[in-house]
Amino acid sequence: MSGNNEDYGPSLLRGLWALTVRELKKWLNDPIMLLMFVLQPLIWMGLLGKSMNLGAMFSSENLVNIPIPDKIPVPGDYVTPKVEGYVYISGSWIHQSLQRMFSDIGESVMKNVFGVSDYFSYMAIGMISMIVMTTTMFSGMSIVWDRRLGFLDKVLSTPVPRGAIIFSKVLNAALRAMLQATVILLLAVLFGLRLSPTFNMMNILGIYSAIFLISIGLSSIFLAFSLRSTRLERPMQIVSLITMPLMFASNTFFPISMMPNWLQSVAYVNPLSYLTDALRQLTILPLDASRILVDFIYLGVFASIFSLIGIVLSWRYLTR
Amino acid sequence: MVENVIVADGLTRIFNKTLVAVDHVSFSVREGEIFGFLGPNGAGKTTTINMLITVLKPTEGSASILGYDIVKQANNVRKVIGVVPQEYTADEDLTGYENIMLCADLYGIPREVARKRALELLELVELANFKDRKVETYSGGMRRRLELACGLVNRPRVLFLDEPTLGLDVQTRAATWDYIKRLKEEYEMTIFMTTHYLEEADALCNRIAIIDHGKIIVTGSPEELKNALGGDIITISIKEDADVSEVIRNVEHVKEVVKMENGSYRIKAELGEVTTPLIIEALRSRGYTVTRLSLTEPTLNDVYLEYTGKTMRDTEGSREEFHAQRIMLRRARAR
Repeated sequence: MSGNNEDYGPSLLRGLWALTVRELKKWLNDPIMLLMFVLQPLIWMGLLGKSMNLGAMFSSENLVNIPIPDKIPVPGDYVTPKVEGYVYISGSWIHQSLQRMFSDIGESVMKNVFGVSDYFSYMAIGMISMIVMTTTMFSGMSIVWDRRLGFLDKVLSTPVPRGAIIFSKVLNAALRAMLQATVILLLAVLFGLRLSPTFNMMNILGIYSAIFLISIGLSSIFLAFSLRSTRLERPMQIVSLITMPLMFASNTFFPISMMPNWLQSVAYVNPLSYLTDALRQLTILPLDASRILVDFIYLGVFASIFSLIGIVLSWRYLTR
Repeated sequence: MVENVIVADGLTRIFNKTLVAVDHVSFSVREGEIFGFLGPNGAGKTTTINMLITVLKPTEGSASILGYDIVKQANNVRKVIGVVPQEYTADEDLTGYENIMLCADLYGIPREVARKRALELLELVELANFKDRKVETYSGGMRRRLELACGLVNRPRVLFLDEPTLGLDVQTRAATWDYIKRLKEEYEMTIFMTTHYLEEADALCNRIAIIDHGKIIVTGSPEELKNALGGDIITISIKEDADVSEVIRNVEHVKEVVKMENGSYRIKAELGEVTTPLIIEALRSRGYTVTRLSLTEPTLNDVYLEYTGKTMRDTEGSREEFHAQRIMLRRARAR
């Protein structure tokens, strides 16, 4: 028998790495994919972030068309000291005072509602959440192709641990999401995102771990689902069906406190809210230790439950 | 050393509780032979292979490869087999070399060894010059060869080929057969293959099993199967209208005479070359004139006809039918 290799043991890590690198290569070798990957957040930030300039809504310049008569009669009873009859105040003086009073109100309204004074910073971080969510959902879907093209069956006939097949997809999703988040954050800083003064290496680590947690939860469940659907269209439809509601029933683009009660209760179970909150605290808001702890605990619980379900379902499918 | 490399015993797979894809199939494959599953599309060939390569679990029955049970010792089985699926599974976005290295990684072959083997295999299948090109630029024949190379990277003792020349043109097909023969010589493997091409089974296989509707109908070497038909087939026509079946039947070596609808006679006879002149002589001496004559050695198509009652071509059906069938099976497998 010319050389046989029954002694070579395939290991989980080796297989995991090989399969993950395959996925990443497919993606990084494709210049168009990479371009889209930078272009997508760029367009969103440029259009949504810069056009929806909510801060400007509350600026004094928006008072110009408010009709103020030239002379405003004030009953003598209202002025101190009291006088008989009416006192007349010039309208232009009122106008000036109003402008003076409201020149700072925009900033305070923004700060009260969004926590930061510019909407762009608020939205840019929401963008990261949104892209992390879509990327992780979509990347598990490549397994539909692997199955249709027979690649999956071939891999299943090799001694590579079944876990490596599942984890490679999940890991790939998480790595992609982290990379995309980095690109968006860099672009956002370039476009004028104001990082909080306490931002440091630990924050970056925190950002990555939050993204990692949500990615493994979301991608495992989508992997299990994609494995069972024979056509790519089905998981695609599910993704497009749930991304919008998940996005808007969370603090991705708008604060939860401004929502009606029923929507608030949805937003409070939506893992995306916790991801976005954690990311904002780590980048633009002053860090609140107890709040971020809650965020991470929620994300951790979400990741463990969903990845457990996803992995069990995938496992059952792969060993049918 | 194990005599029988593959032993299947009552192997059965039922999809969705109703669709019986493989129905109590039993066979054994001897060390060093090329064993072929011959049958039309949808006969259960791929499902059988998928069970043997541990991708699907049998619903009933068992099988072993080199003594390892395909369910209980699946991991041992996976280490000693190589698989060349009917689809092109190589990753189009990677180069030929990267694809082989990926396969090697899945088997846990040390990088240094893998690198040497990859280059050697690429040389063997004549892809060395294209090794750094992306697979998307490869032709169908090249992809087949790359699949072969991938399937051999772990030096398997048993190689599974699922429809190794599906979709290739006649020339490329013949070339692929040569590669398969050469690789078999080089690595001394046992090969289990499926095909629905009669010529392929004839050209490559030492033994074949004809499978239809999930059941093995007959097993034997192509020669045995052809000989079992009872010799050669002589077709003869005469000018006169009379029925000469009796005359022909009395000729030595003739085993069977059938008068066909078009008036010709289909004669089964041993030693066709010797019997034909005797038949002509017998007819002429009674005053009949032979107008047409043909002598053929039986082909696998005749074997197939004999056992299934239909020709291989009849069963292939239309393209749409084939695709419909395939989609149905896929859906069933997906659940």
